[in-house]
Amino acid sequence: MRFLETVWLVARKDLLIELRSREIVYTTVFFAVSVVLVFSFSFVKEGVAVEGAAPGILWVAIAFSGTLALGRAFERERQNETLRGLLMSPAERPALYMGKLAGIVLLLAAVEVVIVPLVAFLFQAQLFGYPVQMAGLLLTGTVGFAAVGTLFAAMLLRTRGRDVLLPLLLYPVTVPVIIAGVRGTAALLQTDVDLPMARAWLSMLVFFDVVFVTLALWTFEAVMTE
Amino acid sequence: MDFTSLSFADVSRSYGRRWALSRVSLRCEAGEIVGILGPNGAGKSTLLAIAAGLLSPSAGRVHYGDLDARPGAPLRQCIGLVGHDLYLYPELTAAENLTFYARLHGISDVAARVDRALERAQLTARRDDQVLGFSRGMRQRLTLERAMLHAPRLVLLDEPFTGLDDASTLSLVARLEDLRASGRIVLIATHDLEIVDGLLTRAVMLREGKLTELPPLGESLRERYRRAGA
Repeated sequence: MRFLETVWLVARKDLLIELRSREIVYTTVFFAVSVVLVFSFSFVKEGVAVEGAAPGILWVAIAFSGTLALGRAFERERQNETLRGLLMSPAERPALYMGKLAGIVLLLAAVEVVIVPLVAFLFQAQLFGYPVQMAGLLLTGTVGFAAVGTLFAAMLLRTRGRDVLLPLLLYPVTVPVIIAGVRGTAALLQTDVDLPMARAWLSMLVFFDVVFVTLALWTFEAVMTE
Repeated sequence: MDFTSLSFADVSRSYGRRWALSRVSLRCEAGEIVGILGPNGAGKSTLLAIAAGLLSPSAGRVHYGDLDARPGAPLRQCIGLVGHDLYLYPELTAAENLTFYARLHGISDVAARVDRALERAQLTARRDDQVLGFSRGMRQRLTLERAMLHAPRLVLLDEPFTGLDDASTLSLVARLEDLRASGRIVLIATHDLEIVDGLLTRAVMLREGKLTELPPLGESLRERYRRAGA
């Protein structure tokens, strides 16, 4: 019970701060929209999108804007050393991690609310044809990406050059998540929708989530001790 | 859990090849206010961070009473730290900051404790204002109350008088005397020698990571500090 209360406290605090500053949402949404627009100039010719481009562009936009959100979310904790304040509390360290993760997943969900319809519109992609499966892919993909990203961003907080190091560490580890997200989304968008294939990639993402979250919970305490 | 003493046994800490602390041994008892003095970069903040469990010593041990361990959750409940930085969220109000930390510490009577803390920080009228609009002194007072919310046994203060006006300084000195009377262990790292003169039970000096006791009482703290540093 105390674990869940701490998760809620930390996530609620992050969302309240974001609601007041709107800094992360504005920058990540602007960045994600820019990425999608730039790609649309290349991959949409005379109103017709290149086949198979939409899933890749959607997940690239999520991954890039997610990296931006992760960096900013932890920079906030660094500026006033509030992370130390969190670590000085008797709250369980894994609960603090889960709280940060929940906050970042919710922020990325807000970004996805904007970019999924934008990709669907610009690339004439039927992203809402199978809403439950699509929502499942987005949720599990976002959790997998953010699970690794939250751990790495926290780990790099006191490192010089953290802005450079975060993507360097994050992208190679989260490649399986991005691939599963792209392939799963592509299975839902192709002319003959391949639902079993989409479900297989969704199962793969659930597996990655379980592995990544478990590993992060296991290592977070050690990673946070200088 | 509780403890009535804090002791460092041959504690050393290095950052790369530089030794911030070198074989520091110190014992503090309940009801003591121990001053940690020394020039900038002497290792005072490192010593406090080790006592708080935020840093691991490279060598040596820290004992909390009979317990010889890194501070886990039950021990962290007994420690209050005021660091160089304020550990406050500027976008949250004074009351929201205190409520957040009170809940994180599992305090039961949150509202009453927050009201009392705001009163002590003389910020009751500004309770619903965002901290980003506060002066340094107001933030410092709020930070002190944040650290005391859970009535910790061990209070670690790193330059606590920074930014405080005369009235707030006197109020903090009175608060520290209360803490001493209630049997808390207080460690203060400070350069404000005139303010803490008469308040400290004893003082030690850190210089290039090595600890020496200041000469016993008799002269002013400033004079003893000068002699120890000579």
